Amino acid sequence: MTTEALIRVEGLKKHFGSLKALDGIDLELRKGEVTVIIGPSGSGKSTLLRSLNLLERPTEGAIYFEGVNILDPKTNINLHRQRMGMVFQHFNLFPHMTILRNMTLAPMKLLHETPAAATEEAMRLLDRVGLQDRANAYPSQLSGGQKQRIAIVRALCMHPDVMLFDEPTSALDPEMVGEVLDVMQNLAREGMTMIVVTHEMGFAKEVANRVIFMDEGLIVEEGTPKEFFAHPQNARTRDFLSKVL
Amino acid sequence: MPMTESFKVWFMEWYASIAQKFYGCFIEDERWRFLWDGLLVTLEVAFFAVIIGVVLGFLVAIVRASYDTSDFSGKATGWRRLGRGVFRVANWFCKLYLTVIRGTPVVVQLLIIYFVIFASFDVDKVLAAVIAFGVNSGAYVAEIVRSGIMSIDKGQMEAGRSLGFNYIQTMWYIIVPQAFKNILPALGNEFIVLLKETSVSGYIALGDLTKGGDIIRGRTFEALMPLFAVALIYLAVVMVLSAGVNKLERRLRSSDH
Ligand SMILES: Nc1ncnc2c1ncn2[C@@H]1O[C@H](COP(=O)(O)OP(=O)(O)OP(=O)(O)O)[C@@H](O)[C@H]1O
Ligand SMILES: [Mg+2]
Repeated sequence: MTTEALIRVEGLKKHFGSLKALDGIDLELRKGEVTVIIGPSGSGKSTLLRSLNLLERPTEGAIYFEGVNILDPKTNINLHRQRMGMVFQHFNLFPHMTILRNMTLAPMKLLHETPAAATEEAMRLLDRVGLQDRANAYPSQLSGGQKQRIAIVRALCMHPDVMLFDEPTSALDPEMVGEVLDVMQNLAREGMTMIVVTHEMGFAKEVANRVIFMDEGLIVEEGTPKEFFAHPQNARTRDFLSKVL
Repeated sequence: MPMTESFKVWFMEWYASIAQKFYGCFIEDERWRFLWDGLLVTLEVAFFAVIIGVVLGFLVAIVRASYDTSDFSGKATGWRRLGRGVFRVANWFCKLYLTVIRGTPVVVQLLIIYFVIFASFDVDKVLAAVIAFGVNSGAYVAEIVRSGIMSIDKGQMEAGRSLGFNYIQTMWYIIVPQAFKNILPALGNEFIVLLKETSVSGYIALGDLTKGGDIIRGRTFEALMPLFAVALIYLAVVMVLSAGVNKLERRLRSSDH
């Protein structure tokens, strides 16, 4: 069944005290799909993304990954997370380790890859993002754009099925945004399933298969980039787009 | 030159009396052994107490820091609920330990451990002192480590967890190494404080360095020399320790990027 969803979210709610960060989200994501989530600040985009790998524990609802509910206490969260790479706004590289160590630590400890195999894989990925010569540098010696490219390949070293991106270019100087988006675009082209929270509308138009607009903890509108940007149905969507485009 | 002559005589007499006192305090009956043996006891107690303090301190700090940063929202059932309960109790005990140890004098703790807790066992005094100072130091180390762990950006924990590391692995590979680097000066300072605090071991009649000097004072009725000698030895040990900590710190900083 090729139409079977890789991830299915049902009635997902996340409350922080009285604040409803997510107020009932239903969503289906298919394999190989690139989904871009947009929306105003505080609308719950990060919370939704972080719920998918349980960095936030939802208050209510269900998240099925390949048909298994990951909110079931019997699901091994750590194994689930190995299959879901995540890239953060502020890179979150490990500052006390070299780039190579940043990339090989998890595959060696968790997938029990040999140092040689993990290193070979890391060098291959570094080559792909043009940073092979920085393998033995420390994160603080890199530019923001370089750090984020490393963060992406660090996640890829775990061979994830899905990649989550939470505003991967928002902390970058403008001239470095392109190099990171290029890496992401290549990844999408290779068929990686991606969920991207971003304010880069150009990326959404060019790379996404689907655009989701969130506001106040709800999905207000969704569609293919073409129909979404050309004919937004909802007033709030139109209002938001008029501000960012 | 009568002035110089009389100064010379005075100086010779003063020197002779100093030399005699020195002989009486340290050479006669091999009294220097009180200081030497005492120093060994002091170092022994401090060394093992530090180990207990660090292990205990890290454990307590991890429980406390984990508790303070955990998300207890959402409903828990079954094992998860039981886990939370155990965690709450552990945190409560850690808090109690910190409050009691930091709220009472170390001498009182030492006396209680030796004369109350170990009253019915024929326990070695060194062991009693090691436990008392180790348990005491652990409370201070715990607060140092806790602040070190809390000072690490929470994105580091999230990055570790998102790769699939469990909580303990993330702590071990990612958080603690970074925290350790930040808290090293404070830890070094804590060890120096601990070494000096062991000087109250005489309260349980343990022959440490301070007690050694005091014994000499009792035998010779000479206070200045043995006590100054004791002070000088502490100072020398502390200076060696500080130099060691500084060196380690510099080494860690030079690998810091
Ligand atoms: N740990 C938390 N505790 C309390 N409130 C939180 C927490 N995390 C998020 N929130 C709140 O939940 C709401 C949704 O936050 P979220 O970070 O998901 O928004 P966002 O759409 O990602 O916004 P931004 O574009 O600013 O990143 C916000 O009002 C936020 O203040
Ligand atoms: Mg956000």
